[in-house]
Amino acid sequence: MEHSFNRFTGTASYVTSPALRDAVNVAIAVERPLLIKGEPGTGKTVLARHVAEDLKMPLLTWHIKSTSKAQDGLYVYDTVQRLNDSRFGGGDVRDIKRYIRLGPLGQAFAAESRQVLLIDEIDKADLEFPNDLLRELDEMRFSIHETAETISARHRPVVIITSNNEKELPDAFLRRCVFHYIEFPDRHLMKQIVAVHHKKLEEKLLEQVLIKFYWLRELPEIRKRPSTSELVDWIAALMRAGITLEQVEEAIPHLGVLLKNEKDVTLLQKVMKQKTTVPNTWQQLGPRYTQ
Amino acid sequence: MFLDLFFRLRSEGVPVSIQEWQTLMTALEKGLHQQSLMGFYSVARACLVKTEAHFDAFDRVFAEIFEGVEGTLKIDDKILEWLREGKKLPKLTDEQLALLEHLDARELMRRLEETLRQQTERHDGGDRWVGTGGRSPYGHGGQHPTGIRVGGEAGGRSAMKVAEERRYIGYRTDVTLDVRQLKVALRRLRELTRVGDASELDIDGSIDATCKNAGEIELLFRPPRRNNVRLLLLMDVGGTMDPYTNLVSRLVTALRETHGLREVRKYYFHNCIYDRVYNHPWLMRQHAVLLADLFAQLDDRWKVLIVGDAAMHPAELLHPYGAIDTTHEVETTGVEYLQMVRRHFKRCVWLNPDPPRAWYARTTQVIGQLFPMYHLSVEGLQDAVKNLVQGGRG
Repeated sequence: MEHSFNRFTGTASYVTSPALRDAVNVAIAVERPLLIKGEPGTGKTVLARHVAEDLKMPLLTWHIKSTSKAQDGLYVYDTVQRLNDSRFGGGDVRDIKRYIRLGPLGQAFAAESRQVLLIDEIDKADLEFPNDLLRELDEMRFSIHETAETISARHRPVVIITSNNEKELPDAFLRRCVFHYIEFPDRHLMKQIVAVHHKKLEEKLLEQVLIKFYWLRELPEIRKRPSTSELVDWIAALMRAGITLEQVEEAIPHLGVLLKNEKDVTLLQKVMKQKTTVPNTWQQLGPRYTQ
Repeated sequence: MFLDLFFRLRSEGVPVSIQEWQTLMTALEKGLHQQSLMGFYSVARACLVKTEAHFDAFDRVFAEIFEGVEGTLKIDDKILEWLREGKKLPKLTDEQLALLEHLDARELMRRLEETLRQQTERHDGGDRWVGTGGRSPYGHGGQHPTGIRVGGEAGGRSAMKVAEERRYIGYRTDVTLDVRQLKVALRRLRELTRVGDASELDIDGSIDATCKNAGEIELLFRPPRRNNVRLLLLMDVGGTMDPYTNLVSRLVTALRETHGLREVRKYYFHNCIYDRVYNHPWLMRQHAVLLADLFAQLDDRWKVLIVGDAAMHPAELLHPYGAIDTTHEVETTGVEYLQMVRRHFKRCVWLNPDPPRAWYARTTQVIGQLFPMYHLSVEGLQDAVKNLVQGGRG
């Protein structure tokens, strides 16, 4: 029953929920890729960095673009370089091995120690992309056709995959993953997150800032809801400007840091004209916030 | 009890496979749930549920099955062994497998439940039971609805509380809709074809041609792939559609922001389509476009998306001179015009913002027979788009 393995416990600068830690540990223990979804700005991508840091493993990153192919992650045969070398002289062109470049997944397999591999924004690629990776992720090996060489993983890498839900992922792929959805942090978790970035923030001021922030997020009219990173930036702006508690209680200064869409700004101005008051207690935001 | 989780999830539409179930078994074997129900909750969810849209279903099933289970959960080798029995079955179809496992599970469940019951008794010695005494079924402050206090981890939340809170209800795809979700659903609306000028270098073709040319370079060009979908959007406005104005406008925004559709046209009508539609939601005389003209301009390659609640007075649909607008008199009945639309365009779907349980009006049923009708939700739109692209019934 007892199996010992490294556990992810979170790092000092990355605040996690217990459910996320459980999901990471399950993925590590059962050796399956961890699929992370969540709203933008909830820290999907940085998770991999902190897992790597915490487990003391090197991190390899594979940023997916709309043109990415599964093959690119394994290896690329640089024929253009070889052609160039053969015409202008530059080493032994008969040795094809010299022109095989391992992709991130290939490097993770070939590495001497266990690696953390981040496959970032997998949904950007073509619909078939995840399916093309299934066999390699299952068997943890692949062969290079040009050299008839087989690369098998010495240590199964910890694979973390992020998705923004732009495309649906194939079922066969999902079955092999461990899944976690990073929820938008509630006010208590958010306090911890803000504390990591801004240590010297007054408690009452923070409370007001958060009330305004969640109120803005709840407005149905807003198209681009502000995220955690925008909140952190906003607080930084407020602190720089030396805003007082009273100012935040009445209004929302430096709105531009929170709302990046012009329409949202004008919309908010309209809303504020109609309602005249911006809430300054959690009670005004409704029962969800008073627990 | 545990296998129950598997089957209940499947019956709630969460596609849990044997493979995922085995992943969960492996995780439990390694003690990842740390003997707590909360741990079991998050481990089970991570292994079995692969989209936040199903979190709510998971919560419901979890709350139902583990109702009354106390905060700590010991899973020892014996239990695991029982759980694994299902695995040794011969290869059968999914249905047979499900049936077999279910039968086999009865004995399994009985023994499991017995064990768990003993465990509870051992753990709390009867002093943890708290009466609900006629209070609301959903107790506060850590009291479980069935009257059992749920421990959970220190300072943390108990699994039952999390499950019962149902805070993932907003992620269900059969209810929520925002512009981005709509865009995702609409993205499937594509038919890639090569049309227009040959402006893209065909690399594979060029290499072949060059080889055939004995190394003399020959470049081949071909037209780039383009989305060839033309979409006609017909929208019901006013009256019973007013509550859905926001929803429909989000759909329009999503359509506008969905790049790559070859052409999109939108027209409006009120309640039912007669001999004309309008290019402005005010439906004034000067906005009118005759249906006959529309048919002349748009051929059957156009796909048609009609948005409306299909609920009206039966006369508006079925009687001559049925239009609710008395200044606009036409002899032909609304349903005949709808049939014309249906016949002229090969691919038509109807999106209804009313939830399917409210589709009982007579007119809704008549129209539902004429057009494949879908709920205006993310799931409904996905199905509608699938029908538009691949063709469905009718």
